[in-house]
Amino acid sequence: MALSQPKTDATEARLAAMQQPQGGWTAMARGQAVTRVREMGLPARRDEYWKYTRPDTLVSPEAPQAALFETQEAPVFDQVERLKIVFVDGVFDAEASDDFTLEGVTIERLADVASADIHWALDLYGVLEANGQDPVQRPLAALNTAFASDGVLIHATAVAAKPISIIYRHTDTASDVLLHHVVKVDAGAAVTVLESGPAAARFNGSIEIDIADGGAFHHVRTQGRDHECRAATHLFARLGVGSVMKSFTLTANGVMTRNETVVELTGDDAIAHVAGASLGDGDFHNDTTVLVTHDAVNCESRQVFKKVLRNGATGVFQGKILVKPDAQKTDGYQISQSLLLDGDSQFLVKPELEIYADDVACSHGSTSGAIDEEALFYLRSRGVPTGEATDLLTLAFLAEAVQEIEDEALSEEIIDRIGAWLLRRRAD
Amino acid sequence: MLEIKNLHAQLEEEDKKILKGVELTVEAGKVHAIMGPNGSGKSTLSYVLSGRDGYEVTEGSATLAGDDILEMEPEERAAAGLFLAFQYPVEIPGVGNMTFLRTAVNAQRKARGEEEMNAADFLKVIREKAKSLKIDADMLKRPVNVGFSGGEKKRNEILQMAMLEPKMCILDETDSGLDVDAMKLVAEGVNALRNEGRGFLVITHYQRLLDHIKPDVVHIMANGKIVKSGGPELALEVENNGYAGLLEEVA
Repeated sequence: MALSQPKTDATEARLAAMQQPQGGWTAMARGQAVTRVREMGLPARRDEYWKYTRPDTLVSPEAPQAALFETQEAPVFDQVERLKIVFVDGVFDAEASDDFTLEGVTIERLADVASADIHWALDLYGVLEANGQDPVQRPLAALNTAFASDGVLIHATAVAAKPISIIYRHTDTASDVLLHHVVKVDAGAAVTVLESGPAAARFNGSIEIDIADGGAFHHVRTQGRDHECRAATHLFARLGVGSVMKSFTLTANGVMTRNETVVELTGDDAIAHVAGASLGDGDFHNDTTVLVTHDAVNCESRQVFKKVLRNGATGVFQGKILVKPDAQKTDGYQISQSLLLDGDSQFLVKPELEIYADDVACSHGSTSGAIDEEALFYLRSRGVPTGEATDLLTLAFLAEAVQEIEDEALSEEIIDRIGAWLLRRRAD
Repeated sequence: MLEIKNLHAQLEEEDKKILKGVELTVEAGKVHAIMGPNGSGKSTLSYVLSGRDGYEVTEGSATLAGDDILEMEPEERAAAGLFLAFQYPVEIPGVGNMTFLRTAVNAQRKARGEEEMNAADFLKVIREKAKSLKIDADMLKRPVNVGFSGGEKKRNEILQMAMLEPKMCILDETDSGLDVDAMKLVAEGVNALRNEGRGFLVITHYQRLLDHIKPDVVHIMANGKIVKSGGPELALEVENNGYAGLLEEVA
């Protein structure tokens, strides 16, 4: 199918601005990814999958500038014992990073091993992304596979001794960064990956995760912070028998964020939970797009997304549970809710269920609402001032999503972040 | 303690007068009861005093220990020592009962310029008070009133009262929806809080609750006014003759 001329032009303009790392084991995957990008064309405004989110600033040849945001806040996850890997505007910062030695895991940098002829990540790099192009195209993910400048390759062979914390720093107002991580979790192994910080003025991040039978992958990330920064991220996960994946994203601020999550449950009895909390004030557009495919028996999936929106902020949720014909005993759940703190904000939602098996339990729901006045009065009548009471109710609204984080120390960090964000606005 | 003078109030949305000149003084250390038929304005009085939206005071005053409470925000009234036990306690999903109580206690202390209670002290105090109200650890952990039975919700109100140690307690039909045993438990909780410095205003339809919480003064409210006041025997009269006879007599 031929692309429209404007789409071809836009795609070629973007490709012309890119530099592809040469040679090594990723060369073939990168080459194929470029072909995919050309075939699909980059997202355009009329694309159905981009109905609620304008892709233009995410695909333009140059990244729109993003001012740096001064904050006195301590870095997130500071209280968590972790192995730190720091990227400053996409460039690895050895000085700020820890040594990569960690019990139960081997960690490498994509840029470090790219020139090798062969690598374990060959079977995954761009492979899960390519699988994830059907039934819906995700050209920005292919663009990432083709041009990612660096990333982290994590191979968990046992239970990792501590979380691996990838920290993104934004110091250049015009940085345009593509990073690509690969995580392979062996049978019975487990690892937690944390991502935090605004990566760049414009960030295209991709992470491919393959979890073998009985493996576990936990993922907690915070993004946004800088008001003008933009991000398009993709998470592709494939789950084996009895494996577990839990991913949570906190998005606070950021003028444009699109997070796509593509999960395939390929082994029986696997569990995948994808959750997120978003906080937007004013010029904020936050799009969560999720596809969970059940392709095995007796798997459980949950999608729990909560967005707090004020001063004209926009939240988007496109979430789908696809249950294939043989995926009997599927337990699928999806909830997306917004708390609209004023009449200017909006929440655009497209929840979908597509079920081909006959013995499944799937439910989905979506709501938009304001602060419960009855509850607010009840709290005030007990002496809690309006601002504090509103924050307490806002945190309560987000609780179901935050509770998806299994590790208590990590969920505490997230709750603290949310509390600080709310407090900063209370003084307004 | 609580002094209400010629209080008139109406619904904000419609021009409907509900309170038409309430006169009432509750002294510290005393328990006053207000009884009255449906629609007499009993609950409205409690809402107006606690500062709920939707009501407009058109005339009169209400002071708590000399301070005009009608000018205060609801949270300021609470910090000043006013407590309303709700007829229908509100469920707040996602907010733990304990968190709620600690936030409230410390918000009030902060408002009064007192030192906040630390987590350990708070835990000690709340456990003790919860025990006497037969509120178990699970109920303290669960979200505020969510999934609580009618009796549990009312006991939870009394627990809040016990923790917040208000000067003036208003109980709005605390007996509604309670069986005899639950009512006794709630009444015991209230009685334990009676002391010389604290006033109580017990709003109820029935004399039943007043068997357990013995009032010093009983008022009959009708058509937005206190129409008759007397001792506990007035409640018995209502029980025996109903409101109709009593109101006729007043008219």
